[in-house]
Amino acid sequence: MALIEARGLHKTFKTTVALDGIDLRVEQGRILGIVGPNGAGKTTMLNAILGLTPCEGQLTVLGLDPWSSRDQLMRDVCFISDVAILPRWLRVSQSLDFVAGVHSRFDRTKAEGFLARTDIKRTSRVRDLSKGMVTQLQLALVMAIDARLLVLDEPTLGLDIVFRQQFYDSLLNDYFDRSRTIIVTTHQVEEIQHVLTDLMFINRGRIVLESSMEEFESRYTEVQVLSEQLSAARALKPIFERHTLGRSILLFDGVDRERLAVLGDIRTPSIADLFVAVMTNQSRTQGATQ
Amino acid sequence: MSSTSTTMAGLDQQQPTHAVISLRRAFYWSIRRELWEHRSIYVAPLLVAALTLTGFLIGSGYQIGKVRSAQSLGPMELQAAIDRPYGLAAMFLMGIGFLVSIFYCVEALHGERRDRSILFWKSLPLSDFTVVLSKMMIPLAVVPLITVALTIVAHLSMLLINIAMMLISGMSLSLLWSNLSLVRMWLMMVYHMFALHGLWLAPAYSWMLLASAWARRAPFLWAVLPLIAVGVVEKITFNTTHFRRWMLYRFGGAPGSDAYPGSDHAMHAWANLNVGQILLNPGLWSGLVVAALLLFAAARVRRSRGPI
Repeated sequence: MALIEARGLHKTFKTTVALDGIDLRVEQGRILGIVGPNGAGKTTMLNAILGLTPCEGQLTVLGLDPWSSRDQLMRDVCFISDVAILPRWLRVSQSLDFVAGVHSRFDRTKAEGFLARTDIKRTSRVRDLSKGMVTQLQLALVMAIDARLLVLDEPTLGLDIVFRQQFYDSLLNDYFDRSRTIIVTTHQVEEIQHVLTDLMFINRGRIVLESSMEEFESRYTEVQVLSEQLSAARALKPIFERHTLGRSILLFDGVDRERLAVLGDIRTPSIADLFVAVMTNQSRTQGATQ
Repeated sequence: MSSTSTTMAGLDQQQPTHAVISLRRAFYWSIRRELWEHRSIYVAPLLVAALTLTGFLIGSGYQIGKVRSAQSLGPMELQAAIDRPYGLAAMFLMGIGFLVSIFYCVEALHGERRDRSILFWKSLPLSDFTVVLSKMMIPLAVVPLITVALTIVAHLSMLLINIAMMLISGMSLSLLWSNLSLVRMWLMMVYHMFALHGLWLAPAYSWMLLASAWARRAPFLWAVLPLIAVGVVEKITFNTTHFRRWMLYRFGGAPGSDAYPGSDHAMHAWANLNVGQILLNPGLWSGLVVAALLLFAAARVRRSRGPI
């Protein structure tokens, strides 16, 4: 059985549709990146998975209905939703005491070990920590929990480059193993490209692209086309075309790399490039139909 | 595939045995966490106790004079001169306990949404019912416990001051022993705090917790205004005051609640009070049923609430 199984998820907030028929299947051991513009429904989807919001449709996470059994689910699921959710009055030592008190899968020594590598003092309150330190504290708490699913919603928002780098390094080196599953959303897609095993784009509450990273790398090719080859390249039906510094960069979906190599320099696009292409095409077709 | 499914099944079997934290432990830590966040629960009564003691210390010379002159007036006056400050101290502490409980309940489920920490608490394996019940334990058990304990400490300190003053002024200590029945006062405190301030008012605390979970802002108004509105509507529509009288009954008078220490008949009423009286009162039990329903509603509301 898959770790997460969702069929036909719908969620409407008053007049706006946040989720519009999401089908989702996440297997154990995957690191899924969910990318989408603001208001695409990412957070709503994660909240539904975590049992923080009800929604229509079928949803099971670890075999449980998240909405009705959130407390049970949280024995095996951790999340970092934003850096600002630790209460400001909480002391670092209290946070360790409390999580150790209420969570049976929490390994305090592990958390202490992680904190020892930071400048965080045990007696400090959360309000006295810098934003980066708060994230480190949260990461220390979460990584010391032997969970099966970790959900990260914009975990590095507002952090500087060093902290962001450390965050994903710790996650991969100290935490992730093949028995765990991670779902992450972020706008800083370039940082997670090498981390992911699976990728998903969502827009307006719908999944617009779903792919494993192997598939992504073999399917999409970006070519810097020489100007005299431009019409030949366009004949191969690129999905997107952009121009920078007098060069044309064309993005192809499922076109043989050997055929493209003669047209110019080829490379695998970044997630951000593909995302821009997909989103721009979508708004164009939507503009055409309206 | 078959190997993964067997390991998954193995994990599932392990879960109930080692993944579950006992309810008692969950409660213990949840209540401790409330005391970390809401330090006023013990700081405010401590301040009141300190103030009361300071006042008693300053006025102790005056009290000795009063006792001396009361000796010639009669046994009632003498007893009043000696035990009145003790009753007042108990009353102040009960008053602050009541205020602390009210402010705590109105804030408890609202603050965690305001500072977004509800997401952190919800990321832990604690059910909404556990959380709401542990918050209810503050007015029901923690505040009464603190109030009683501080009263005992305050009374003993006052007694020491009294003894010292009487020795200095050459009065007989037997005046204290024959006019002061502290243990009885403490037992009455226990009864008063747990039965009346606790159980009898349980529906009021649950109602405030519900308002605290419900309101986006101004939970205190959400707690108070609907009650006033019901009273007003009843008065206008039916020209009756059942609801108002029912509220007054709930807040002003449980059976035996005229026994506030410090009132003139305090000792008298205390002596006559029958503890069994309240346990036989159907008002107590119907109140507890209402409280349970309101707490259930508060837990349900908390489940669907996020940061505001």
